[in-house]
Amino acid sequence: MMALTPAFTPGPLVSGNVVSVALMAPAGRLSLRLGQADIPVLSAAIGIELPTRIGTRAKNGPVDVICLGPDEWQIQTDATDTQRLTDACAAVYAQAPHSLTDVSAREITVQIEGPGATDLLTIGCPRDIDKIAIGEGCRTIVDGVSAVLWRDGANSFRLDIWRSFAPYVIGLLQTGGAELAAE
Amino acid sequence: MLLVHCPYCEQTLPELEFTYAGEAHVARPDAATPVSDEEWRNFLFIRNNVKGPHYERWRHFHGCGRYFNAVRDTVSDRFLITYKVGETRPELSDLLEKSK
Repeated sequence: MMALTPAFTPGPLVSGNVVSVALMAPAGRLSLRLGQADIPVLSAAIGIELPTRIGTRAKNGPVDVICLGPDEWQIQTDATDTQRLTDACAAVYAQAPHSLTDVSAREITVQIEGPGATDLLTIGCPRDIDKIAIGEGCRTIVDGVSAVLWRDGANSFRLDIWRSFAPYVIGLLQTGGAELAAE
Repeated sequence: MLLVHCPYCEQTLPELEFTYAGEAHVARPDAATPVSDEEWRNFLFIRNNVKGPHYERWRHFHGCGRYFNAVRDTVSDRFLITYKVGETRPELSDLLEKSK
């Protein structure tokens, strides 16, 4: 019988010289929504100046923040670090009302690396991948599935996928990886 | 594929990230005063169905998630402008002049 809740064991999914895809270890993920006026207060609480241009990121230690919308940020950190951030933000809630939701279990992350990484992404993503600056990211679509794409290097990407769509997207990346390797 | 300029992301991005959201500038009748059935029907159902430049709403669904307004020619599918929600409705004559 097909398992309805895949295990998502971290490890390599596609390996080779052209492109390698790996499922990353579970991370702590927080979705933050707040108004413009309260950005400085939350920045101080989190310990990172929240980026305000959509697509830009900021990093401090394990905590990585990406601006996804005019009032929306996604925070990624170590799986054990979410409670610290939640507490820090709760402490300033009265001063700066906001919404902070732990969405750690919602998504899985795959890392895509290698000279064929951009080619592999283009099979599902309609964006011009070359226009995403290194060290930035975006929320986009991968073959019908909403996903957050982080560009860490010229040939290094991370893709956050909602876990219910992940078996499909992983299958797509594996098929694409095999095709690129065969070329 | 159409390329749509998102006024919030300030980037021109593929249509697949966007969803269409109907005619723009359809004002809800003020419920503080009595609203006639006819006014309410017009608000809910009556649309212009323009052939040519059409003021319409779009949403950057797989992106920043924002709704914004656009003027698109329904014949040629050409976008004349996209602008943020709350900004004043641009005059069509100015847009047509600019696009020449």
